[in-house]
Amino acid sequence: MSTVSSGGRRIGLVVGLVVVLCGFAYLLYGGIGENLVYFVTPTELLDKGEAAYDAPVRLGGQVAPGTVRWDAEALDLRFAITDGENTIQVHSTGAPPQMFRDGIGVIVEGRYTRDGVFESTNLMVKHSNEYRPPAEGHPPSEMYRSLIREGES
Amino acid sequence: MNEMDDLTSSRFSDMPLRQSRWVGILGWAAFLAMVGAQAVGFALSRPERDMGHLQKILYVHVPVAWAMMIAYFMVFVASILYLMRRKERYDLFAAASAEVGVVLTALTLVLGSIWARPTWGVWWTWDPRLTTSAILLVIFAGYLALRSYTEDADRRARWSAAVGILGFLNVIIVYQSVRWWRSIHQVQSSPSTVDPSYALSLRLNAIAVLLVLAYLVARRYHAARLERVAESRMEVAALGEGGAHV
Repeated sequence: MSTVSSGGRRIGLVVGLVVVLCGFAYLLYGGIGENLVYFVTPTELLDKGEAAYDAPVRLGGQVAPGTVRWDAEALDLRFAITDGENTIQVHSTGAPPQMFRDGIGVIVEGRYTRDGVFESTNLMVKHSNEYRPPAEGHPPSEMYRSLIREGES
Repeated sequence: MNEMDDLTSSRFSDMPLRQSRWVGILGWAAFLAMVGAQAVGFALSRPERDMGHLQKILYVHVPVAWAMMIAYFMVFVASILYLMRRKERYDLFAAASAEVGVVLTALTLVLGSIWARPTWGVWWTWDPRLTTSAILLVIFAGYLALRSYTEDADRRARWSAAVGILGFLNVIIVYQSVRWWRSIHQVQSSPSTVDPSYALSLRLNAIAVLLVLAYLVARRYHAARLERVAESRMEVAALGEGGAHV
């Protein structure tokens, strides 16, 4: 059927398997985990020093409680992202996702400017793996709407 | 080549071409379980505190993702068995499982995307979980393409077994991606992070999706056997009785 001997094919198969398994082991134990970073924390961004400025990056952390300022007229949103150690001011335009609120995890895409403000072009909310009904008497959160109402009043 | 074909041997004409009655019953069980699971999900579980009713998407998204991993595990096991024993039925079973796996992967991505838009704020982002899942879809879509472009049944079975085994490694990466790397996707939930009223709906959906998986694989496996019979009869017709086994 085939011109390649079955012994030659078997060696090829074994070599291929070894290569793939090595690649897999590298993924598991190697340095790739450190280099494959979806977002950086405020501390990591500030640690970069000069390199932190004006480079496109994703910044992730928690919305620092009490820092949210939402201007519904101008669709202008300001808040701070914290990782517990360091805090970075964020400026974003457009309506945030429905679940955006004080204390929730967020990831913003954009650039850290020399004014010390992170200019966000894209704001994403990270949901944890906890799923709970609201406490008695509280309707499920629709923070986006309440934020708009806050801005109007 | 008698190691190869159970079907193209002289015994194949005795093979039952009709599908067992149990498969039909399995299909109805899957359908009813699916309807029942959704009814329970909508009737009994309250809106989640952050997500509201959006959370009900996860009742299907998560079990479909589990079933997808089971489907690819079946591809993995059947592919190993094929390489060890060279029985065609293992190859056909792997193919049937891969077909269902691809459908479940696509469904996982679509449901996740619909959930992500209002929750995260984006339909898609290149986070490790999403990226590795997209790669998984491409690998097994490639597996199916490889099968349909390889005419020689023996070669098709060996090559696709290799892809099936290696492709399964990516399932492990997909599962672990949220633990190995930072991602926007949440890590696996556990009974301690899920309210009991939600866990019930999740479990009922898991049972329903498992039944769907079993039903679809049984149907596709049967179809694959019929296709093989048709393929070998066409070979016999084209080459004459003597040429079929060359």
